[in-house]
Amino acid sequence: MEWMKQAAISAQKSDAVFFYVFGLSVAFLLFITALMIYFVIRYDKKRHPVASQIEGHVGLEIVWTVIPLILFLSIFYYGWTNYEYMSQAPRESMVVKVMARQWSWSFEYPNGKQSKVLFAPLEKPMKLEVRSADMVHGFYVPSFRLKIDAVPARANTTWFQATRLGAYDIECTVICGVDHSLMLSKVVVVPEDEFKAWYFGGENAPEPGKSLTAAGTPAAPPDEPKGLALLKANGCLECHSVDGKPMVGPTFKGLFGKSEQIKVAGVDQTVTVDEAYLRRAILNPESQVVRGYPADTMPAAELKPDELSQVVTYLKTLK
Amino acid sequence: MSGTHASTAPPSYLVDTGTRKGLMAWLTTTDHKRIGVLYLGAMVTFFMVAMGVGFVMRLVQLTTFQKLISAQTYNALFTVHGVIMIFLFVIPGLPAVFGNFFLPILIGAKDVAFPRLNLTSWYFFMAGAILAVLSLFTGGGAPDTGWSFYAPFSLKTGTNVSLAVFAAFVLGFSSMLTGINFITTIHRLRAPGMKWFRMPLFCWAVYSTAWIQLLATPIIAITLVLVILERFFGIGIFDPAKGGDPLLYQHLFWIYSHPAVYIMILPAMGAITEIIPTFAKRTIFGYKAIAFSSIAIAAVGSLVWAHHMFTSGMSNVAQIVFSLLTMIVAVPSAIKVFNWVGTLYKGSIDFQPPLLFTLTFIFLFCIGGLTGVMQGALAVNVHLHDTYFIVGHFHYVMFGGTVMGFFAALLYWFPKMFGKMYSKKAIYASWFPMFVGFNMLYFGMLILGMLGMPRRYYVHLPQYHTLHVVATVGSWFLVLGLLGFFATLLYAIFKGEKAEDNPWGGLTLEWTIPSPPPVENFDEIPTITAGPYVFPQEAQ
Repeated sequence: MEWMKQAAISAQKSDAVFFYVFGLSVAFLLFITALMIYFVIRYDKKRHPVASQIEGHVGLEIVWTVIPLILFLSIFYYGWTNYEYMSQAPRESMVVKVMARQWSWSFEYPNGKQSKVLFAPLEKPMKLEVRSADMVHGFYVPSFRLKIDAVPARANTTWFQATRLGAYDIECTVICGVDHSLMLSKVVVVPEDEFKAWYFGGENAPEPGKSLTAAGTPAAPPDEPKGLALLKANGCLECHSVDGKPMVGPTFKGLFGKSEQIKVAGVDQTVTVDEAYLRRAILNPESQVVRGYPADTMPAAELKPDELSQVVTYLKTLK
Repeated sequence: MSGTHASTAPPSYLVDTGTRKGLMAWLTTTDHKRIGVLYLGAMVTFFMVAMGVGFVMRLVQLTTFQKLISAQTYNALFTVHGVIMIFLFVIPGLPAVFGNFFLPILIGAKDVAFPRLNLTSWYFFMAGAILAVLSLFTGGGAPDTGWSFYAPFSLKTGTNVSLAVFAAFVLGFSSMLTGINFITTIHRLRAPGMKWFRMPLFCWAVYSTAWIQLLATPIIAITLVLVILERFFGIGIFDPAKGGDPLLYQHLFWIYSHPAVYIMILPAMGAITEIIPTFAKRTIFGYKAIAFSSIAIAAVGSLVWAHHMFTSGMSNVAQIVFSLLTMIVAVPSAIKVFNWVGTLYKGSIDFQPPLLFTLTFIFLFCIGGLTGVMQGALAVNVHLHDTYFIVGHFHYVMFGGTVMGFFAALLYWFPKMFGKMYSKKAIYASWFPMFVGFNMLYFGMLILGMLGMPRRYYVHLPQYHTLHVVATVGSWFLVLGLLGFFATLLYAIFKGEKAEDNPWGGLTLEWTIPSPPPVENFDEIPTITAGPYVFPQEAQ
């Protein structure tokens, strides 16, 4: 199975322990099952009409207490030491901030670059600081055998060193609402020079690993407006459409200049959507929810002032 | 229905002897046997409903049903399936049905210590059940958080979480009161000569369970009240936006809900321990080892809760300690398995349906336990946590373990409870699709989880589809077997042949009284002079 090949050192560490436990388990299960079946046949009342009344055996009790205990402790120890390796990032790791929100992932690199898929250089350690903007989410890359929860108001960390080129699924593993199962992304492992070309290449550098992501999340077309790119990067388009399609939140198409019924502090009001309204609604969504849409749903966006202006400019163009 | 004995014998508990007749006589009864049957009826009904929900969930994974069932509905379905199965079936499970019916008989008592409190527990149970059903159709609709109600999602979702957790809160009272009742009964009402180590081992299991019920349930009760307060008043215990801590919720939830897993499995182990000696016609192997391992499971099992949280970001020290304790709690379970198998050694085995389900229990429970050990290892846990592997694992433990144990106990004690015998052929015939379907469904899930399929997903990635189809087809066999099983027993209640007083040749006290038992169980309280499983040295 191609997509389950070990793609990071953590996968090798996890699988080693798994196969150790798995081997022991299969042996134990076969032994118990075979013994049960043998006894039931061998000591059937036809073959063995008189039962022997054996009350127990202290020696055997000690044996089958101590041997499992030793085996279980060895599993614990092996699992622990390999986990120590998996959980402690080397100092030279590149630190990437992962932000989870309903229902998207975004990644911010040390130089401020952002992406919707996680780009990672081959054979280089990358440390992830995983945060959440709203609910508890789970950051999971099966091919790396790696998982860490994204918990609001905390930064949980994990790390990996990819050993195979490719695009690997990222999945959310903690139930977080209606589109939990669509909260997906990819880790795209690319050669280090390709990664550097993108990372140091300024705003317009092409995203690396085009051939690898072809099957996965489509990369942004180069002539995309900056505002649209920001909407995508912040997960806005998970709930709002730009083409009038109904989704969880109101569409952006034709929004600017429209009259909307909103609730402010529990009182219905009618407003005309202008630039001031848009800015307030993006930065503090709870203050003025459009009637008929769920309150307490949209996370506040963390946009820098110039980014906010670019988004608002873009929204004005959606007639 | 009437008593099976001559007119001089006291009437069966199924005959109305008081001033009230029919339904009213049942609803106001304080007879532990009738209360056990009331629980049985209610719980089997809930089981069927939740089974239907699970069946529909599997159909959604074929994707053909996604036109009929939205993502929101699917999230509600798995929450409802979990809440009903956990809180209304497996937690009350064997103690409520067989504990009530047989615990007093097994220790030579006429009833539990507090018969009216016992009926009150049943009413708490039914009130909780009705509230749980109401929560599906009122307010914002059925909760969509999963049965674990993790904060802050459970605090923010618009669905009817408040009523659902209040239902669980009410159910908790049923559990605690039953626990108090059983502990007191075992301490105070044992027949003369029924020393602690002469009690049948089912009583030890129920006793250990009762202590967990009593000590752990208040914690979930408080936690659920805090969730309700937080939803209505925003007090900020669990919501990080208000200074609360979502991990605190997870700790509190699992401090109860992990020991609850042992509330679910221990009595099933106890029933298994009764069944094996009866059909092997020999004494149990290692009585004290089994008795003390029940206590050990109850004690150590209360200290392993945070192994549900290895990926939550708790401290490294906590991870190590809880991983270690998790490994240690596996030891007493292994001891029990060895002693059960040891009891078959040099027996004179009479192979009957209860024994088939007992061996099935041991096989499936071993898979459940071993997959649990896999997740207890930290390096493996970070891969398998929150995937279908977990779902497969706990269905092996809860369904393959507790429910199969429940079925084994039901088959074993059915002739005693109802005075009727079921068709053994029909039971064997329904076992087969049940066993095959079970393993297709849940072993399929184990593999899916190893391949990275997260739990609680409405849509799955295309690489997982084949195994989802296998699992869904398995669920059809499983449901077929279950329907056959219940239909056989239901038919037997009304049309079955009269059962003998001791159809299996058992030695414990329930087999010394008529089937079905008379109202106060014993004409005269028996005096006990030996342990529970002393078979004669010669053949019968």
